[in-house]
Amino acid sequence: MVRWSAGGDMKCRKCNKPAVINLRQHKMALCAAHFLDWIPDQTQRFIKKYQMFTPHDKILVAVSGGKDSLSVWDILLRLGYQADALTIQLGIDEGLNYSVESHRCIEKHIRDFHPQAVLHTIDVKEIYGASIPEVALRSTRGRDKPCSVCGLVKRHEMNRIAHELGYQVLVTGHNLDDEAAVLWGNTLNWQMQYLARQAPVLPADQPGLARKVKPLFRFYEREMAAYALLRGIDYIYDECPFAAGATSLQYKELLNQLEANSPGAKMQFYVRFLQAKEKGLFNLADEEAQTLNECERCGQPTSAQGLCAFCRLWNNDPLPEIIPLEVIEER
Amino acid sequence: MIKVAYRDKKWEVPGQIAVRDLIIKVGLSPEAVLAVRKGQLVLDSEVLGDDDEIKLIAVISGG
Repeated sequence: MVRWSAGGDMKCRKCNKPAVINLRQHKMALCAAHFLDWIPDQTQRFIKKYQMFTPHDKILVAVSGGKDSLSVWDILLRLGYQADALTIQLGIDEGLNYSVESHRCIEKHIRDFHPQAVLHTIDVKEIYGASIPEVALRSTRGRDKPCSVCGLVKRHEMNRIAHELGYQVLVTGHNLDDEAAVLWGNTLNWQMQYLARQAPVLPADQPGLARKVKPLFRFYEREMAAYALLRGIDYIYDECPFAAGATSLQYKELLNQLEANSPGAKMQFYVRFLQAKEKGLFNLADEEAQTLNECERCGQPTSAQGLCAFCRLWNNDPLPEIIPLEVIEER
Repeated sequence: MIKVAYRDKKWEVPGQIAVRDLIIKVGLSPEAVLAVRKGQLVLDSEVLGDDDEIKLIAVISGG
């Protein structure tokens, strides 16, 4: 576990002890103990403000073994929410044992912090017969890089499991840098339908669609890394081996250049977008809004006619009837 | 000289430099890394001496 350093001349705003982190966009420095309390306090504030969920809701947290997903699960459990987790084994190796190592971090997190927590594990290859890199190779959308296929499979499976197991809310660990990078990309291309739909809370406004929320959407990536370090969360440090050169990483770098010269720039970019949306800036006319159909194979909502993009990946193989779910209830 | 490590890279930088300036000097963004010394998080404003060993942790990680 990383502890505070006695050096530096900044003091914690709350207790006047030496600070370990300076949050320039908030003009506030905090010591380790108060930073570790501030993160859940702020999370709770935004859960309430954006009406994400209540203590009565059954929550499913998508965990990858990365700092954000393990941290959001940790924070929700610290706050007393009924938060179980789902992890999807993707079968990414690339000589790094990436998926295996990610799973090891999740299991260690449960052992270290929340031994009573419930984790659902699904393995894409066990269920559908091919890992993410394998299925990407046989699809036009994933031939160069599997990232688009990976996102598609994860979204489909998260939604399916949340629905089948009766969870009211699906939580992901997206932070402000993730959201600002997506917004940057959508704005560069004036993707009106994506801009209209980008939000920290996506309601379950279609049959078969889970409510999706992002409780960390107001925290910088740097703050979430500091939370994981100070809390002692052992997370997968290396990026996914397929992430190198991703446009989202380029956008994050650009936004960080703005942030370095103008503290708060990333936050203003995203928060003011949300404010503009509330005032109706991106309201689409009915004919422009996406209408969704029911996939003929899996029943999930899709903008396509017939099969959804996920089902088209699997060459019309019949869907497995029983989906195996490994439930780890106790350690 | 301050010893600086980041992923598989290493640098040596003359002392009496603030963490934030050190990060910029080695070509990284202060927004994209955290500085750790002897397992402890170090503030951006702290001035480092020649005996310090700093590990820079990338804040973007995972999948």
